[in-house]
Amino acid sequence: MELLSGGDMLVRALQDEGVDLIFGYPGGSALHIYDAIFRQKSIKHILVRHEQGATHAADGYARSTGKVGVVLVTSGPGATNAITGIATAYMDSIPMVVISGQVPSDKIGEDAFQETDMVGCSRPIVKHSFLVKSAEDIPEVIKKAFYIASTGRPGPVVVDVPKDVTNPAERFPYRYPEKLRMRSYTPAGKGHGGQIRKAVALLLAARRPVIYAGGGVVQGEGAELLTELARRLNFPVTNTLMGLGAYPGSDKRFLGMLGMHGTFEANTAMHHADVILAIGARFDDRVTSTPSKFCPGAKIIHVDVDPASISKTIVADIPIVGTVQSVLLEMLDTLKSSEEQPDQSAIVDWWRQIDDWRERHGLYTAPRYQTDGALIMPQEVIRAVYDITEGDAYVTSDVGQHQMFAAQYYHFDKPRRWINSGGLGTMGFGLPAALGVKIAHPDKEVVCVTGEGSIQMCIQELSTATQYHLPVKILCLNNQALGMVKQWQEMQYEGRLSNSVYEESLPDFVKLAEAYGHLGVKIERHEDLHLKLQEAFAEKDRTVFIDVYVDPSEHVYPMQVMPNGSMRDMWLSKTERT
Amino acid sequence: MRRIISVLMENEPGALSRVVGLFSQRGYNIESLTVAPTEDATLSRLTMVTIGDDHKIEQITKNLNKLIDVVKLVDLTEGSHIERELLLVKVRANGAQRDEVKRSVDIFRGQIVDVTSSMYTVQVAGTGEKLDAFLQALGEHTIMEVVRSGVSGIARGEKVLSV
Repeated sequence: MELLSGGDMLVRALQDEGVDLIFGYPGGSALHIYDAIFRQKSIKHILVRHEQGATHAADGYARSTGKVGVVLVTSGPGATNAITGIATAYMDSIPMVVISGQVPSDKIGEDAFQETDMVGCSRPIVKHSFLVKSAEDIPEVIKKAFYIASTGRPGPVVVDVPKDVTNPAERFPYRYPEKLRMRSYTPAGKGHGGQIRKAVALLLAARRPVIYAGGGVVQGEGAELLTELARRLNFPVTNTLMGLGAYPGSDKRFLGMLGMHGTFEANTAMHHADVILAIGARFDDRVTSTPSKFCPGAKIIHVDVDPASISKTIVADIPIVGTVQSVLLEMLDTLKSSEEQPDQSAIVDWWRQIDDWRERHGLYTAPRYQTDGALIMPQEVIRAVYDITEGDAYVTSDVGQHQMFAAQYYHFDKPRRWINSGGLGTMGFGLPAALGVKIAHPDKEVVCVTGEGSIQMCIQELSTATQYHLPVKILCLNNQALGMVKQWQEMQYEGRLSNSVYEESLPDFVKLAEAYGHLGVKIERHEDLHLKLQEAFAEKDRTVFIDVYVDPSEHVYPMQVMPNGSMRDMWLSKTERT
Repeated sequence: MRRIISVLMENEPGALSRVVGLFSQRGYNIESLTVAPTEDATLSRLTMVTIGDDHKIEQITKNLNKLIDVVKLVDLTEGSHIERELLLVKVRANGAQRDEVKRSVDIFRGQIVDVTSSMYTVQVAGTGEKLDAFLQALGEHTIMEVVRSGVSGIARGEKVLSV
């Protein structure tokens, strides 16, 4: 058997796992591993400018490909800088393996230089973690880490590797395990047949059904099956922020996003539904509004791969634990072999009602913003980019108003195109995530929708874009303030704008982009918007920072009434309430 | 409601901290916690007493099951079961008190396991309630130091928690 050092073993195990890309940042405890990376060819390492960027880039890579994102950082600050990105991946169930260097085993616990208890720090935000005790354990630990990260409900796994374990002077026999047996971990497989039959019977009897689909449908590769199911039944579909793209966004059966900034028709239809098929969604508080007022007349079918997500906040009438794909497949089979059909006259009535809601207050049917003023409206910027990119771009986003405008106004027809930090709401996610996406899809248009607040949280990654030549578009909806914070302050704090305004402190983003070797474009005048956007998007070979000055007073609507509102209680504009 | 949850988990470093961390992270109560390796050295058995309504207990068991190190668990309070806790208590025992304490120990079927001229160390096993009653019977003025093991439990009959 081949003899390898721990450092070489680690890299070889990653190769055997099929890894071809690592995002990372070197440092003392990880140097043996970095040397092993230097001496090989098949894995490309992307040097980021901050470890948070590494985790978000790996995250964007994972979300856009379905593969496991891989991160390598050093101990201490390297590890703690990665924490925000790990938490981001954890909240959105993204498969990720984070390898962190650690001080040598005999120094652990002595407050050694750059020592941090990484397993301890990351414990609440990982699916699992390992502290590697000896080099001989490396192959099995890596195998387990990837298996755990990518199966069941995916999530990040931390592998903490003390420096002595990777010592190049000590060699051990290497063999990568072909199979794993873990008595304590059995991810859910197929759903319970009886429950699925009960669910189908309930769907067939429904008069006001809604399919409420979340990120699990994207992650679980269930989008096509979901679309088939909805079309066969002629049922309306709403997606969560994480689920956008799980059902074609431009399809007429699509009600738009639901929840806090969901569409009027999606939230109202949910409220009045008699049967809700929740699939790969977890009844997040940004969806349900007040749980006790949530969808009072609805029977709920809840399909999820994670049993702990079921009946956590909203009790399910028919719980089904299983992979989204297997359950949808079985539902479709049951439907196809069933004599019964949904009551089409009831469904037609239901659609008539929904179309009426859509007509009255829909995002795209009713005008929500004026486009004839001097100021550029953020919504029309998103619509313009949607048109220019023909709805086919990979769109990453930061967190705030721009994120909601992008979610509302860019229609995602395919899964894995919309990449944002939904659960944790991590500002700074967008740019590094876009770089991860671009590496995975070099021939595709990748747009990072951001704000002048979020972009400054990971702006150092502009340098990574330069080094690896990653021509993404950065679309900054610049309203010179923390827009969402400001919106809440205006709505709930009588307009006391506590620390949410930048005054005259913003950098010249055009010059900043140029300083990194990129192209900067500033759009201030309404009449320039379309032409300048087109010019910017025509630039295919350079990273372009498009700084668009938008109406700083604009709010995101609809917005559910907080607190104590039901799904249908919304502000539709600054003055109009349901 | 008070529940006793018995958990078999991998005897790995960090496994216990994951369980304890889960409870603090999700705001669950821990009334008591005992843990020790089993006859199979790769497994630990943990017994936890917690309080919560059915919904909370369901979440607790689901989230415990989700931990990668947890192999199996059972809510002992769902069926008939035996629970025991061990109490060691140092009590003042002077003059007439010595006989009085001895009588209480006998009534509660405890044992005096260490003696000095002025103190007894007493061991009593039983349910938490019984131990509470014993401590009350002793009276707080005689009690110098108390240590309780926390609850261990096992199902009655032929039900077995094993891999």
